Amino acid sequence: MAGLIILVTGVTRFIGSCLAGRLAEHPGVDRVIGVDAALPEPAARARMGGADFARVDIRNPLVARVIEAAGVDTVVHASASSTPVSTAARTMAKEMNVLGTMQLLAACQRSESVRNLIVRSTGAVYGASSRDPAIFTEEMSARSVPSSGPGRDAIDIEAYVRGFGRRRPDVRIAVPRFADIIGPTLVTPLTRYFALSPFVPMVLGRDARLQLVHESDAVGVMEHLAVGDFSGTVNVAGDGAITLAQAIHRAGRVPLAVPAIALDGLSRTMRTLRMGGFSPGQVRLLSAGRVLDTTRLRERADYTPRFTTIEAFDDFARTLRPAIPAATVRQVEVRIAEAVGARPLPDVPAMAGSGQLLGGSARVIDALEDQPVDPLADPIAADELGVIDDQRIGRPRLVGITGDAAGTPRRRRSR
Amino acid sequence: MANTDIPLGPTPKGAPAAPLADTPGTVSQISPPVAEPEEPPAAQPARPGTALPAETGWKRGLAGSLAFVRRRMTGDYQVDDFGYDPDFTDHVFVPPLKVLYEKWFRIETLGMENIPDTGGALLVANHSGTVAVDALMTAVALREHHPAKRPLRMLGADLVFQTPFLGSVARKAGNTLACNPDAERLLASGQLVAVFPEGFKGVGKPYSQRYKLQRFGRGGFVTAAVKTGVPIIPVSIVGAEEIYPLIGNIKPLARALGFPYFPVTPTFPLLGPLGAIPLPSKWIIEFGEPIPTDEYAENAADDPMVVFNLTDRVRETIQQTLYRLLLRRGHPFLG
Repeated sequence: MAGLIILVTGVTRFIGSCLAGRLAEHPGVDRVIGVDAALPEPAARARMGGADFARVDIRNPLVARVIEAAGVDTVVHASASSTPVSTAARTMAKEMNVLGTMQLLAACQRSESVRNLIVRSTGAVYGASSRDPAIFTEEMSARSVPSSGPGRDAIDIEAYVRGFGRRRPDVRIAVPRFADIIGPTLVTPLTRYFALSPFVPMVLGRDARLQLVHESDAVGVMEHLAVGDFSGTVNVAGDGAITLAQAIHRAGRVPLAVPAIALDGLSRTMRTLRMGGFSPGQVRLLSAGRVLDTTRLRERADYTPRFTTIEAFDDFARTLRPAIPAATVRQVEVRIAEAVGARPLPDVPAMAGSGQLLGGSARVIDALEDQPVDPLADPIAADELGVIDDQRIGRPRLVGITGDAAGTPRRRRSR
Repeated sequence: MANTDIPLGPTPKGAPAAPLADTPGTVSQISPPVAEPEEPPAAQPARPGTALPAETGWKRGLAGSLAFVRRRMTGDYQVDDFGYDPDFTDHVFVPPLKVLYEKWFRIETLGMENIPDTGGALLVANHSGTVAVDALMTAVALREHHPAKRPLRMLGADLVFQTPFLGSVARKAGNTLACNPDAERLLASGQLVAVFPEGFKGVGKPYSQRYKLQRFGRGGFVTAAVKTGVPIIPVSIVGAEEIYPLIGNIKPLARALGFPYFPVTPTFPLLGPLGAIPLPSKWIIEFGEPIPTDEYAENAADDPMVVFNLTDRVRETIQQTLYRLLLRRGHPFLG
């Protein structure tokens, strides 16, 4: 069997670039073409390894030519269902997500060569309310369909993908629904929320369950699905759950319980005082818990995540400088106990994760350097990205890193 | 009304005031209620001068409390997929309830041997008392007085989980929304699950209808048990009806607040916050003979006749047991 020729979208971002690099090294893959509307940062370029890059916006019909020219048989839509930070970036994200997916699917439908389609989705399709079951399986759907936000977009995207599946039954379609992705390199609204300040706001009276998946597992699952033979929808999440307050404590921060109505005011005040603003919407999203059932991932898709939810969070939390390190808490405990003459109980951690001080400052700097890699986290960058697209939409440039796909602009010009 | 003022005077007034006052503040799980009451441990932690080499009761309690606070501060504990937090439940949630269980309601349990030490079972109980204290007491009974100290996973109404504070505490204590997917998942993983099929109809029924079982929902709990093949254990709770005798229901206020009912009891809202103190009735909880469900055919859960028959059987068993227990108890407050 000849090797796969894979198209990966969203390679300026962490997941896309990492995935492209991993796939390029895979023995069953002949060629990987990464596409994105912007040029990848050097860090992303490095992660892409042996993959080619073509600068093409998936909202442009040009992507069909790339698929055709290269004879792509596997399309991995890794940039779908990424989460915007602010309302300003929301419109942009919706456009990229929903319209981009529509265009990409249209291109795939015309293509003779496409045999496999992998579209990244999110667990937000299940919604999250107090009337929902605690754990979602793939068969369940949102009891109250979200009217906007990433959940709504993902529901729309999945609907288009199902439509595509009806029209092209010969194409294998895999739709992984990811829990929140977290990790030391990735920058998302969620990681920013935890990194915000020593005090992390949360809704008063709510302490919802969070479920996370480590960035390396997210890439691993996408790779596994791209080269594997699983078809259908599958939940992707690390084992177990963590509550929001617990996560904030594990990161060495202090949860700041705010009544839901005061969130907007606090957010504005913090922005004015330059204490780093947070998105009230993000905090509200985090006040409703959602846990995914990953039996299908393990048994049918045959993939076991390496990180549990807590391990994934701890791996991320290592990049933060803790405001209250665990060691200090222990010291205070011992001191109080000694002051009254009681013997403190031994500190036997239920899980690993006490060495948060180790290399803390060095890693913070690393994380800062890595930040610009992920434009989805930065509304301004995302907006700029959009402006650039609009300017270039008249004459898109196809940058073939190895020169293979460089013929396409000429054809485009001749039309 | 006449019987309420008899027991309030002599029996409990002094007794529960002391334990109620010091338990919620301290988080000591190790120190038994016997520990010196004049030394509330966590209240004044830094008191130099009393340093002694030997580890006495309250010091161990304090060390335990400090360790608990440390675990909370560093997030060093685990919750399961449903949000159940054993550390929190053992050290914060159950201790005050235990006092209520032992000293205030003097709860007696019967048939504890019917609860298996391992494996799943569905407990079906009657529901009463205006506030769902009976559910909490059943959980304490199994957690503290069952030989295997089994945690009880109860299924609650969505109103519980919508409410701030209450919802998150309910999840931490191991409860989840009453829906078939959650129930079946818990039962299949070998947990003890409790369900109160009367729901708000049972808790919010007037005092005049005490110990008369209300409609048993649509039998969803039977479906869950049959599907997972776990036994159904009927649980009859006597005593909860008298804790807040519901003599009135302010319907417009309930509608305005979004509650299923707004209770009027002899003490509430008349005495304000004091009305929240439950009357000290004598309780008996009986765990009945398990009703096996594993001999039914594969698709019996989809057969409405099977479900209705089982539902009726469970309901009849509980109703008959309630009458028997009422005779056995005698006076509702003196027992």
